[in-house]
Amino acid sequence: MKEGLIGRKMGMTQLFSEDGRQIPVTVIQAGPCRVVEVREKARHGYNALQLGFEPKIKNVTKPRAGHFKKAGVPPMGVLREIRLEKVDGYQVGQTLTVDLFAPGELVDVSGISKGKGFQGGVRRYGWYGGDATHGSMFHRAPGSIGASSDPSRVWPGHHLPGRMGGDSRTVLNLSVARVLPDQNLLVVRGAVPGPIGSLVVVRKSVKLTKAQQRARKAE
Amino acid sequence: MDAIRIVEASQLKKDRGAFAPGDTVKVQVKVVEGEKERTQAFEGVVIRKRGEGARASFTVRRISYGIGVERTFPLHSPMVERVQVVRRGVIRRSKLYYLRGLTGKAARLKEKRAVLPTTGE
Repeated sequence: MKEGLIGRKMGMTQLFSEDGRQIPVTVIQAGPCRVVEVREKARHGYNALQLGFEPKIKNVTKPRAGHFKKAGVPPMGVLREIRLEKVDGYQVGQTLTVDLFAPGELVDVSGISKGKGFQGGVRRYGWYGGDATHGSMFHRAPGSIGASSDPSRVWPGHHLPGRMGGDSRTVLNLSVARVLPDQNLLVVRGAVPGPIGSLVVVRKSVKLTKAQQRARKAE
Repeated sequence: MDAIRIVEASQLKKDRGAFAPGDTVKVQVKVVEGEKERTQAFEGVVIRKRGEGARASFTVRRISYGIGVERTFPLHSPMVERVQVVRRGVIRRSKLYYLRGLTGKAARLKEKRAVLPTTGE
């Protein structure tokens, strides 16, 4: 588990590479985050940082206000825990900014994907569906969902139409294209889950890319 | 949206706003051939401009050896060296797709007469 920041997806645009190609990028308002609590293995059973993001002035509940007061940090609207291997060197009240990341570095971005509503199996699971024409009487329906009297029931977890999207998703190994510390902006190559304005967590990448795996093997 | 504008600011080229659909322009495009780089001109009528900020693009249509050719350029692309206005056209709509169906004399646009500098009140 690596360190990271809480942020908000601001939208997508493009940057030009030197040879004129357009590179799709996502702009993320990342941090500044304050460390509100340090969770330690000995005391809490695991190591993590509790980060706060976006100051909140109105409607802070008393329990929440007390929690922030204890940390000596102004109340924040968003609290998230970031699991870490080690929490040595982190103090309550410390500020983490976008300086954590450097251009060219790989990051993982987690967010809640866009809600798609109630969708059929063709869209939700990529079923092929039937022919639209040529007398086909089977178009986009689920078809058979199991056998007959044995087992006389549908297997648990069977793919059927239902709510799609709105799930927590993580995109791995996006490269950082640009860091704008003055505006707390992080520009990441590629797309990120969720609608514009949604919360995301940006962390240093945890897995090796294919190229890195090959390099590791060659050693 | 503001954050997007901040990121795009570094991508914008300042000399790229001075033409409109209907204008005949000469686009100087950088072409990479192997190791070498040279510029090539593409002259024709601008039939559309679209998009905002760094994502803006424009389409130029010309008749080349009797065949209609359209090229779409990103407005702020580093590969577009310069856009020179050759002639300003009078138009009544922003997208000139109707030119695709016209040839020869019918596909001409009236030239906009030069705007005289105003002397003030």
